[in-house]
Parts: sequence; C-alpha cells; structure tokens
Amino acid sequence: MKYMLLIHQGSTPTPGSDEWEALPDDEKGAVYAAYKALNETSGFTSGVQMQPPETATTVRVQDGRTLTTDGPFAELKEAIGGYCFFEADDLDAAIELASRIPAARMGGAIEVRPIVEW
Amino acid sequence: MVAILERSFRDHWGRVLAALIGFLGDFDLAEEAAQEAFAIAAERWPRDGVPANPGGWLVTTARNRAIDRVRRDRALAAKTRLLAVPEAEDDTMEETTFPDERLELAFTCCHPALAVDAQVALTLRTLGGLSTPEIARAFLVAEPTMAQRLVRAKRKIKAAGIPFRVPADHLLPDRLAGVLAVVYLIFNEGYGGGRRELAAEALRLGRGLAELMPDEPETHGLLAMMLLHEARREALFYGGDLVLLADQDRSLWNTAQIADGRAMLDRALALRGRGPYVVQAAIASLHADERRDWPEIAALYSELARLTDSAVVELSRAVAVAEADGPEAGLAIADRLALEDYRYLHSTRGELLRRLGRTDEAGEAYRRALALVHDDAERRLLERRLAELGAAADAELGREAS
Repeated sequence: MKYMLLIHQGSTPTPGSDEWEALPDDEKGAVYAAYKALNETSGFTSGVQMQPPETATTVRVQDGRTLTTDGPFAELKEAIGGYCFFEADDLDAAIELASRIPAARMGGAIEVRPIVEW
Repeated sequence: MVAILERSFRDHWGRVLAALIGFLGDFDLAEEAAQEAFAIAAERWPRDGVPANPGGWLVTTARNRAIDRVRRDRALAAKTRLLAVPEAEDDTMEETTFPDERLELAFTCCHPALAVDAQVALTLRTLGGLSTPEIARAFLVAEPTMAQRLVRAKRKIKAAGIPFRVPADHLLPDRLAGVLAVVYLIFNEGYGGGRRELAAEALRLGRGLAELMPDEPETHGLLAMMLLHEARREALFYGGDLVLLADQDRSLWNTAQIADGRAMLDRALALRGRGPYVVQAAIASLHADERRDWPEIAALYSELARLTDSAVVELSRAVAVAEADGPEAGLAIADRLALEDYRYLHSTRGELLRRLGRTDEAGEAYRRALALVHDDAERRLLERRLAELGAAADAELGREAS
C-alpha cells in the first residue's frame, strides 16, 4: 500500500518563526532528530518544505474567469504545512509512522490518505 | 431441522466468514461465498444429514464457490489476494481443518480508523452473523442507512489497508480495549434498551473473546461483568417498570449465571487483572451479595474512577458512599460533579436530598431529571418518586397540623 501523509501544522511552530526560536534547544534538536529518523525509514519519501500558509494564494475559475483569493483554501490553522509519502504493508504501519512526525505531538495533526494505485 | 440449521448457521457464521476473509482478503467476496455455502447446506443437510465437521464443510464449500467465481471473473481475481488461483477441493471432504481467524476479524472490525458506530455494525454483521435489517432495527436506524454504513466501512478497510491480523504486542493493550469497548457498547444497548438479542449477542462475543484470548484478564473481566448484570435482568423490570436493585425480587436472579460470572471474575483476578472491566465485574459481584458491602463497593468505585477519570463513575461512588457513610457524604461528592445534562446526577441528588428530608430541593432535582429523560420506564420511575415525595410532604404537613 502507498500512503500520502498530509501534515496539518495547527499550532506547531515552524522553523524561522518566533515561536520556533522560543523553543528550548533540546526540543528543536528532537524535531530534527525525528525528521532524520523518518528519512532513514525504509519506504519513506519526503515531500518538499512549503512556505507558511500565510503565503498561499487560492485560485478558482468561475464562468471562465480566474478568481484569486489571499490565503489557503482551509482555515489558516487547518492548512497543510507539508506532506510525505510512505509505502507500507498496511494502515497500522502508516499510523505508526504518522505518530512519529513532530507536528502530530506539537499541536498539529497528520492525515493519512491511501493513494490510488493502477 | 430448520431450528438446528439456524442454530448451526449462527454458531458457524463468524468462524467460517473469518476463515474466508483470511483466505480471500476481501470482505464482500467472502460474505457472498459464505452465504452461498450456507444456502447449499440448507438444501443438502436435511437430505444427506449434517456433516461430521459442519464448519470445515462450510469453509471448503464456500472456498470452492469463491474459487469458481474468481476463475470466471478475472476482474474479481484482482480484488482478492489470490495470486495463483488454487484448485477447488472436494466438497465432500469433511476432515478439513481451518484456522480460527475470528480474532483477526475482531481486530479488523474494531480498528480505531473506523467510526465507532461502523465498528459496532461490522462486528455484529461479521462475527455475530446478524443481518443488516436486524442490526438496523436493533439500533433504531433506517435499513438503507445501516446498509450504507456497512458498505462504507468495508470500503475503507479495503482502500485504506486496515490489516486483518492480531496487532503487535506494543499495540495490543490499546486495540484490545477498543474491541472490548465495542462488545460492551453492544451489551449496554441491549441491556439498557431492553433489546435482549443484542445483550445475548454481546455475551456470545464476550465468551468467544475470552476463549480466544485466555491470558487477557480484561476479556474475562468484561464477560464476568456482563454475566453478573444479565443475571439480574429479570428482576430489573416489573410489568415494564424499572425496579431499583434494593427493591428487586432476588428469586428472579439467575443464580447459575451469577456463579458463572463469579468464576470468570476469579479467573481474571488469578491473572492479576486490575483493569476497568475486572473492577466493574468485582463491583457487580458485590452487588449480587445478600448483604452488600458498601464500604468495599465505594472503595472499588474509587479505584475505577482513578482508572477511567470518569465523572459518571464518581457519581456511582457517591451513591455507594451515601450507603456506607450516610446521604450527606454522598451528596457532597455528587454536588462537585460537572454533569448538569446527565439525568442520573439529578435523580441521585433527588434521592439523597429526600433522605435528608430536604423535600423541596429533592422535588426540584427529580423534576430536572424528568426533563432530561427519554426512556418511558425511567420516566415512570421518576414520576413515582416525585409522587411519593408529595405524599410524604403531605403526611408531614398533616402531622404538623394535627
């Protein structure tokens, strides 16, 4: 099975923000260590890092006209902050991996979505 | 014969279906094949006699039907985990043994990635062998809604890759708690809602789990608790009205079932079980004693409150403390609880206030409970209490006047 893991940041501090800078060093270190371990997990493929959701632009087309709005499609705090992929035997393995993504314990949540395979 | 067949089907359905799902890796295909095998049995068994190993016969027959179908339909083959389609076996073979995969099935159906109402429906459908209309009726849900719930759950199992296996050791305590919670929920729905068939089904499921996981104290604890409650059910209602434990006719209690429940409790305690179900079974066992040991019951509720961090449990402790140390002590606990919308908080306060002679406050509490009640039997009980309160107040006034 292939899964896409959508990382909802919630209130998780992202590197570069004031909240992140306010974190104690060992806490920052734990986040980096967690990502290092994830990257070394077999079946794991990391996504790209995104700029914060404040920088998002949402695009719709209505009656042939392209409409743009400032901000993400979801509420700011529900916006997606990143994603990754995981190939595993079953959902239990994907849930276990998701629980190791730092955002899951820092005020965010991970959505596990199976990918359609043809 | 029809009765024997029905019983036999009921007894075998869960195991046969579990074996087929394990073999085919597809719920729908397994269910269709099982149904087909049961239909063939209904036709052949009355004529040829029941095979020596009915379960083995049913699995072999269902497996052969499924293999036939997969051979005919390649698109179907892609759905299953059958990479190479095995040869069909002789239908008449009776010696076939097949693995018992009901536990795997239970853990799949009660996977936390499924909504709880879907877990319940799926468990009843697959392990219990209840039909979709039966489950819909039991939960007072429209049949198409229930059918949709089952379809969606099965689709998610397949699409999301919910595994068919007993979870690894480090996941087991949490996941077993989930399975037991589903069985308990089914039991409660049957016990409180007066739907006997659900309570009976929960007992069957609980017995099965206790057999399949003999080393887990909580499985015995849950079964013990259900047996000890079920044993007193006859006495719980009198002409459709609820009867409180203290007023129950003990001759209506099922003593064999109480003994059975206590034996299960002993087994759980011997396994050093101290989990929430074991503690609840121990409380139920004390309630079935001739003279109830209220201080001990209060102590166990205090243990249970610590384990579950539940205000509802605290309310039960308040009742026990009221019996052990007087209504004032119980009321002090009840008054601390944030359970404003919970009818039993108000009915309990009403009872304790009545015992303290605070009649006006008691009436007020009973009226708040009445405003929250849905069940007719409970409503009548509260109305009776309220009427008694009025009569007592009148008598009091009469005495004062004379």
